[in-house]
Order: sequence, then C-alpha cells, then structure tokens
Amino acid sequence: MSRVHDMGGRFGDGAIVPEAEDDPVFHEDWHGRALAVTLAAGALGKWNIDISRHGRECLPPVDYASMSYYEKWMAGLAGLLVDANVLTREELAQGCAIGSSDLTDKRMDADKVAGVLASGGPADRPSDVPVAYSVGDMVRTRTINGNRHVNGGHTRLPSYAVGAVGRILMNHGTHILPDSSAHRLGDAAEPLYAVAFAASELWANPEHPKDEVVLDLWQSYLSAAT
Amino acid sequence: MPHDHADHDHPHTLLPPDPALRVKALETILTQKGLIDPAALDEIIETYETKIGPRNGAHVVAKAWTDPTFKAALLKDATAAVSEMGYYGRQGEHMIVVENTDEVHNIVVCTLCSCYPWPLLGIPPTWYKSDAYRARAVREPRKVLAEFGVTLPSDMSVRVWDSTAETRYLVLPQRPKGTDGMDEATLMGLITRDSMIGTGLASAP
Repeated sequence: MSRVHDMGGRFGDGAIVPEAEDDPVFHEDWHGRALAVTLAAGALGKWNIDISRHGRECLPPVDYASMSYYEKWMAGLAGLLVDANVLTREELAQGCAIGSSDLTDKRMDADKVAGVLASGGPADRPSDVPVAYSVGDMVRTRTINGNRHVNGGHTRLPSYAVGAVGRILMNHGTHILPDSSAHRLGDAAEPLYAVAFAASELWANPEHPKDEVVLDLWQSYLSAAT
Repeated sequence: MPHDHADHDHPHTLLPPDPALRVKALETILTQKGLIDPAALDEIIETYETKIGPRNGAHVVAKAWTDPTFKAALLKDATAAVSEMGYYGRQGEHMIVVENTDEVHNIVVCTLCSCYPWPLLGIPPTWYKSDAYRARAVREPRKVLAEFGVTLPSDMSVRVWDSTAETRYLVLPQRPKGTDGMDEATLMGLITRDSMIGTGLASAP
C-alpha cells in the first residue's frame, strides 16, 4: 500500500486552472517565505531530499488533502525539525526558542545563498550493483508495491504503474535509492532507468493507442519480462 | 519490520493554524536559535522572483532552434549543455531535454510531488503542483492539454514523463512556422513556460 501523495491516475479531481505566464511566482508573501525557510532549514544538513519528501507524505491524509501546497511544506518542515532534534515540540508550541543549538555554524548566511543554489546536490553515486537491463529490454514493475526496509516507508514506484510491463528507454546511471536514503539507511545506489509504458498497459480506457507514460525507476523495482 | 511514524499528534498541530502565522512562527524560532538568517530568506525569494525562471529555459530552447550543434549536444547531454550556459543548480542536477516532433508531443508531470527543473523554469506554477494535474496528466493527457487550449493532430502520439527520480525533464517545443531568419532574442519571446512543460506550444510569431 501507498500513502496519500500517490495520486497519479486518480479520478475526481476536476479541471486544471492554467495560469498566465506573467503571474507572480509567489501568490502570497508567505509562500515565498515558506519556500525560503524550507531551503534555509535544509541547508543545516540534518536531512536529505528523500527524508524531506517522506516528511510531507507522512502527513495524515485528511491534512494532506486539505492543505495548500506551501502549507504542506510548512507542516512537513515542522515534523522534520522535531524528528531531527533541531527544535522541540515545546518550542513549536511556545513559538520561541528555548535553549541554544549546536548547529549555528551550519547557518546559511545571505552571502552563501547564490553559491548553495548554484551548486545543487547531485543524486548519482558509484555502485557495485551490476546493470541488469539494456535499452529495449522489457521489464515488469513490482506486483506488490511498498518499501522493503520500513513498513509504510518511502518509495518512488507510483501505484498506477504497479505490475506493469514496459520497455527500457534510457539508462540514467546509478542513483541513490530513495527507499533507503529516506530512512537514513545509506545511499544504496543502483541503476536507474527511464521505462516507457504503453498507456493501454496502465489504464482501462487509454486516450490513444500510441500514447505512452515514461517513469524513472530503480533496478530493484523491476524484473525481466518476456 | 519497523513501522514508520506514529500517525497522531503531528508536530504541525502545535503551530498556529493560519498559514502566514505558521511560517512566521517557524522563521522566528529558527532565527532566535541562530539557525537561519532572515536576509538569506530575502535573497532566496528574490533569486526565484527575478533571476531564476522560465527565461533561462527559453534561452536554451532558442539557442537549440538556431544552433544545430548546440541542439545535438543538448539532446545528448542536457546537463553539460545547459551548464555551459550557466544554468546548472538545485533541482537541475540531472537534466534531460525531450524534443517535440511531428510524431510525438512530450508533457512533463510529477505525480508523487512537484519535481520541476528549477534552474531552467524556476518555481513551478500552482497548477503544476495541483492534485488535478498530478492525478490526470498521466491518465488523460489529451484532456489536460485541451484545458490549456492545445489540440494535437490525431496521428501524433503523446509521451508523458512522470518525474519519479532526480532526473528533470525540459520539453524542446517545435519551432513555429514563419520564424525563419529570426534571431535568438526574438525567438525567446515566442517560448512560453508552458511550452517547455509540454502543456503549451511555442507562440506563433
């Protein structure tokens, strides 16, 4: 089973509301502030991108569904800060700092921002896992989805593509496995592929016989299909 | 097997319910603690409001339209090609550019969260992060495109890219007819953000 964030293919969401090209980047002042606080807190180095994604995914479904985008970020951040012992529950409840932190030397000052944003955080890592598939090979995704290390843990195979047969389209090299990294179990890098699925392999009523969906999937999500 | 997270008493419930106050509370506590610099927050916001946005992507596309050698390099190794233009950075560490042709139209989504090529397109628009787009783009991309005013020829296939890893996708839209001889700067004016996500086409001159 999956969590509330795994919504690809779901019915019932209604129309999409396009935005003008020149609409503001942040529609409310607090949106930009929420993004910036999240990036600045992330720069403390107490969690990686997989841990932070999982933090948002672990919001109770009723909260996830009712919150706007940056509200989810704020709620996820509150959880991360407490889980990583950066802040205490009491500090969140009181709205002020109680005691000092041993992380102050990690603070990202204004003059460091440009460098941090420009340097990024690549996710490719060396790996001893042998490459099992070549471009053109047919593969099947896991038939039972879910993190194999932690029950209810993070994984990046969407439910709509479970048990589906697709074609290896690209080999992206070896990347950190989110299922491991999100739970502080190490990078566990392994081959990552772009896999193409016919729409008819995924949906009961595909729109067009020639349409495809491509997903980036780790080797351990896949097995050979004939 | 360990179980993940208690599902009650989430720390967010300790914060004020109003979202603006919530952000303010976190900023205040972290600043008092010496863990964030409010001036750094201003810098981040200004960067994504004024420096890093879809004009970067439009520059890449216009160059690809006018420079066949660059286009070949871009399609072969987009990360290297855009890095040479100064467009490497956070959320663009593993770039792939996918080309629209007469046969295939590409469209990008992130069904599991909101992955998006920040160095080339900036912060995603609200609709890209909406439940409706995340849920529907993979299952009914043509209906989604119609909501953006785009109708594709019936013999054209659609390829939807679900950004499930750290690879980030940028669509190289087709160059509009009637633009022969236009220079890079003029062409950039035709290249919309949506055309590089795949929910739009480049504008006619």
